[in-house]
Amino acid sequence: MTNSVWNKVGTVVGALLILVWCLLPVAWIISLSFKSQEAVTNGSPGFFPKSGGGAGWSNYKDVITDDQFGRAIINSIGISLIATILSVIFATLAAYAIARLEFKGKRFVLTTALVIAMFPVVSLVGPLFDMWRTLGIYDTWLGLIIPYMSFTLPLAIWTLSAFFREIPWEMEQAAQVDGATSWQAFRKVIVPLAAPGVFTAAILTFFFAWNDFVFGISLTSTENARPIPAALSFFVGADPFNRPASLLAAGAVVATVPVVVLVLFFQRKIVAGLTAGAVKG
Amino acid sequence: MSHAATATAPPRDSDRARAENSLGRRLVAPAIVLMLLVTAFPMLRALYLSLFNYSLTAPDDREFVGLSNYMTALSDSLFWRDTINTVGIMIITVAFELVIGFAFAMVMHRVIFARGTIRTSILIPYGVITVVSGFAWQFAFSNTNGFVNGWLPFVGTDFNWFSEYSSSMVAIMASEIWKTTPFMSLLLLAGLAQVSDDMIEAAKVDGASWWQRLWRVILPNMRSAIMVAVLFRALDAYRIFDNIFVMTAGANNTESISFLTYRQVIEQFQLGIGSALSVLLFLSVLVVAFVIVKVFRVNLAEARQEG
Repeated sequence: MTNSVWNKVGTVVGALLILVWCLLPVAWIISLSFKSQEAVTNGSPGFFPKSGGGAGWSNYKDVITDDQFGRAIINSIGISLIATILSVIFATLAAYAIARLEFKGKRFVLTTALVIAMFPVVSLVGPLFDMWRTLGIYDTWLGLIIPYMSFTLPLAIWTLSAFFREIPWEMEQAAQVDGATSWQAFRKVIVPLAAPGVFTAAILTFFFAWNDFVFGISLTSTENARPIPAALSFFVGADPFNRPASLLAAGAVVATVPVVVLVLFFQRKIVAGLTAGAVKG
Repeated sequence: MSHAATATAPPRDSDRARAENSLGRRLVAPAIVLMLLVTAFPMLRALYLSLFNYSLTAPDDREFVGLSNYMTALSDSLFWRDTINTVGIMIITVAFELVIGFAFAMVMHRVIFARGTIRTSILIPYGVITVVSGFAWQFAFSNTNGFVNGWLPFVGTDFNWFSEYSSSMVAIMASEIWKTTPFMSLLLLAGLAQVSDDMIEAAKVDGASWWQRLWRVILPNMRSAIMVAVLFRALDAYRIFDNIFVMTAGANNTESISFLTYRQVIEQFQLGIGSALSVLLFLSVLVVAFVIVKVFRVNLAEARQEG
């Protein structure tokens, strides 16, 4: 009896620890974003802004009206979305073949995906830097979309093939027997069943592209294509000897909002997607 | 297995099998081409460039120097210092992530209330950009604007974490561990879900203590999930770059091997020696992967997600 009580107490304490672990640094960066520039320059240790050291929304106003920052947001959204859509299309074709068809070279595809998932991306920036400049796609959207696609394909292929293995494909034939045309059978039966998987793969791909830093700083040089993480790291403000901590924090919060919104809406799907491929259940 | 199947298949099926084979290959072709285009081809190019003394600031002076770039890199103490840093970060962060991640997975497996809230919040560190995590922790550890010094009882309020090697490394690893533990715990949660409750119950009836059940029943039964998670996380940790770039920029000898390669190529435009470092980085990842797969006997079919 006492044992099970202790178990329950342990679980509750554990759950609280998880919440603190996950949310404390996020709360910290939000709190920092409300400290005033002046307070930060003079030094304001402590978790919350001190009285008189608060900035209200002014850091956010500065960030949003900053041209470079706005440009970086647009770059990040555009590049990540295009890379996501293309990557998911290619991954869907490949995952269908892996889950449904017998063909030679299936192991080769899966091995390639595994190697690429573990590839040390920095070892590519030298040759890519050189090649992209020769091809004229250095510092363009395309120059980032291509590597993002290749590096998100493994995760997208795994997620999608795990989903596709679970789809009862006989239902397609059953619908046709019942008088549906093959297009109707595909659209009304298979598409709704496959959609959650495609969707999960898309979210995970988007996360990867949004998070990338190595390609973002190596393959861009101007605000023409520089994505958010790179822009944040170069964002030093007017005084280079004094990093505008609270302004950076406001920028970081703005850059994190899209991700948090996606997580809040699609929590179930993301968890299923992250674990569906990784461990067969 | 598949050999026997093809041998005994009736001949009229071979046309179909051939059509299926070619359709399969056509469907995977675009993905394969794209993956190799951005990895295999540039790697071969790096292999080629690494044999030259080649700087982008003086592209016309490019000359063939054979393996001397490799000699330079391998005989430089900087290379070994950064390799040791990288391996150290990999071992320490993965060990912490494994223990904390497992504890989190156990809690998530058992918790009944607020399941959705906990799973949503565990995804937030996973979704936060690494650069942002680096900033958050850098400012948290800062002695002028942070809170860590005020909260930790054993450090003075004006202790500067970024003034020396080991405390800088602690800060870098804190950011790394914070951000990636949730991913680890989700992989372990999936493994935990596969351990049958009947088995645990049977061990309980037989009088096994909680500790015995953990070590004799739960862990052995989720061994392959743990190994795959370790393999993925270890190789990801070996690539550490973002956190170091943001938090210390390599100051106080905190540079990683990825950072060294980046500096040679992008900041110094030394494509020759930079390419040699790229090749060495790639080879060292292969060695690390090989060691992990052999030592921990990772089931590669599982890692490849054959199903």
